[in-house]
Amino acid sequence: MTSFDLNFAVDYFTLFGLPRVQALDLESLENCFRAVQAKVHPDKHAHAADADRRLAMQWATRVNEAFQTLKSPGKRARYLLELLGHDPQIESNTAMPAEFLMSQMELREAVMDARAAADETALDDVRSRLLNEIGVEYERLAALIDVTKDYTAAADLVRQLMFQEKLLNEIDDALEAVTA
Amino acid sequence: MSVVLNDVRGRSLLPSVVSYAADGSVEVGYSAEAKQSIDPKNTVISVKRFMGRGRHDIAHIETLPYDFVDAEGMVKLKTIAGIKSPVEISAEILKTLRNRAEASLGGELTGAVITVPAYFDDAQRQATKDAARLAGLNVLRLLNEPTAAAIAYGLDNSAEGIYAVFDLGGGTFDISILRLSKGIFEVMATGGDSALGGDDFDHRIFCWIIEQAQLAPLSPQDARLLQTRAREAKEQLSQHGQAPITVKLGSGEYVDLVLSTEVFTEISRTLVQKTLAPSKKALRDAGLTVADVRGVVMVGGSTRMPQVQHAVAELFKQEPLNNLDPEKVVALGAAIQANLLAGNRAAGDDWLLLDVIPLSLGLETMGGLVEKVIPRNSTIPIARAQEFTTFKDGQTAMALHVVQGERELVTDCRSLARFELRGIPPMVAGAARIRVTFQVDADGLLSVTAREQTSGREAHIEVKPSYGLSDDEIADMLKDSFSHAGDDAFRRALREAQVESQRLIEATHSALQDDAELLSTLERAHIDAAMIKLQTVMSGDDRRAIDGAMQALSAATNEFAARRMNQSVKRVLAGRKIDQISL
Repeated sequence: MTSFDLNFAVDYFTLFGLPRVQALDLESLENCFRAVQAKVHPDKHAHAADADRRLAMQWATRVNEAFQTLKSPGKRARYLLELLGHDPQIESNTAMPAEFLMSQMELREAVMDARAAADETALDDVRSRLLNEIGVEYERLAALIDVTKDYTAAADLVRQLMFQEKLLNEIDDALEAVTA
Repeated sequence: MSVVLNDVRGRSLLPSVVSYAADGSVEVGYSAEAKQSIDPKNTVISVKRFMGRGRHDIAHIETLPYDFVDAEGMVKLKTIAGIKSPVEISAEILKTLRNRAEASLGGELTGAVITVPAYFDDAQRQATKDAARLAGLNVLRLLNEPTAAAIAYGLDNSAEGIYAVFDLGGGTFDISILRLSKGIFEVMATGGDSALGGDDFDHRIFCWIIEQAQLAPLSPQDARLLQTRAREAKEQLSQHGQAPITVKLGSGEYVDLVLSTEVFTEISRTLVQKTLAPSKKALRDAGLTVADVRGVVMVGGSTRMPQVQHAVAELFKQEPLNNLDPEKVVALGAAIQANLLAGNRAAGDDWLLLDVIPLSLGLETMGGLVEKVIPRNSTIPIARAQEFTTFKDGQTAMALHVVQGERELVTDCRSLARFELRGIPPMVAGAARIRVTFQVDADGLLSVTAREQTSGREAHIEVKPSYGLSDDEIADMLKDSFSHAGDDAFRRALREAQVESQRLIEATHSALQDDAELLSTLERAHIDAAMIKLQTVMSGDDRRAIDGAMQALSAATNEFAARRMNQSVKRVLAGRKIDQISL
């Protein structure tokens, strides 16, 4: 399989024929994804020869990955910043503003308390508060990347958002433990 | 349009019961069910519970009348007709269904869609696919049961929006959250419990009877008899407020009890509770709340229990939807999807199905911890790669342990496969770069590849976990089953190769008709030559020559297939741009 032409190797935005922006039109993304997946999905090639079915799986895999990356604002921002040459260095750079860290620590304590008290309502509260915060930050992120093109600030914000999303996962784990 | 096929006596369902006799003969379904109290040891009920399961995975194993043999990965059962793997037992059921379908439809089946609980892990899925192969079925797709139900329901009702499918069967519980919109069925999250179902409710009643009637330890026959009575009582309670239970046991003891709905609700409360936590989790995973759910489709015979209906209504704050036969809706959905997969629907009159993987997949790392490679609820097909390195100087091999589950410790997850990557060039610790790739296909089945990247030389291994059944074992079983049936294994294999050849030639013809301009004259000549070669040998009886010619034709069309796919993607995107401009 050395023959994938540009279509298979291109970046995810190009794959769907969409502009490289953070404020992506999600409806267009979804329409493009469906149109392409409707062509390449293994279900459309289930009765075809082995080679076609293998190819369909590879294509559908790639198209799914592209869609999942572009659909989530966090993944999209990370991917886009990398494409723009501003890798957010999620693994190595852990510096965050003190104020942000304080607020996160408070939230985390609230989660731990609610978990210890098996308080599902409290956990749901923290969860929706955090979701709201994250929503606001994503709007700021789109402005930083698309409008002011301040990629350094955007990379900082992406790292903060990663932190918040991790906390969101912890809340989900706590909810799972509490409701089980 | 789609119907569930009946047997010769007009019955649509086939009870999951397989009974073995000393002469090696096998009975399946109702006739086997009649033997359950006479010969419980050799009559296997609900074999699905044992698929891809080890001894320690099976609930209430001590109350089951079978002789289990612990085999690697999956239990086996010692019967009067020999040791049987759940895969073989399950294949008997599939064979019976295949015969029914072939008799009703007249002729050999092109392929089959086999449904599995959405919460089945890789071991259970692989075992199911093996059983289908053993039954001589060409598996078009493994389809998740709640997804199949959603297809049947969605198409029947032109449903749009977020739907939950609550599927409580005999031995498994699934909850799936789907988004239905024109031409697309998208599973957003799935959850469940692959060891929770109607059988557990029966067991609660069974225990209640023993306790109330203060029975002495039971013989296997009496235990089976009571289990049957327990099930009947449960079914009665779906219609009436109480169910009498009167039995005369082989031991001479009498049971004369009345079970009320209130008592049944009380003794099964924790079971019903166990369906709620996965339902909430699936909603969270989908990023949704109860208010987003437009309807809850009830699937599986066990959803007929009133306490289940109430609990679902309470959780989702709406009356659940019961307008499809909960025992047939999965089969109908599977038939509709099979028709689509067989290529019988025109483009534009079809739909796209996007399903997910139910449980996270990962690798064992230092200290017995799991590193997740593919998280649960990822849309399939999916591939993910992770890099690892050596931790000793000069290390030339690395052991990989593939697991599935949500827990952090390897011991709490299901072990899927262990393999070793050898031939890593000796380097200092931490210098090697070993890339491990997980690929999950549209059936939800995993394959794993590992590769060392720093050296020019690549070491490469691919593993398809098969849970105690190697391809050779399956081949042996196939041979056995054919000799039993008096069929000729050789001729059958030959016929399969011929059918496959015909399919390949037809597919190539139609591809050439559509897109011949993508080929140079020379490439075209290669393909034509390979086609002629296959056409010449396929009518003969040289199986190896046919296989060789098929491989040659596949190889000659590989490049062509890739170009065709690229072109179709380009076309669809170009089409979209024109649409947008014209708007």
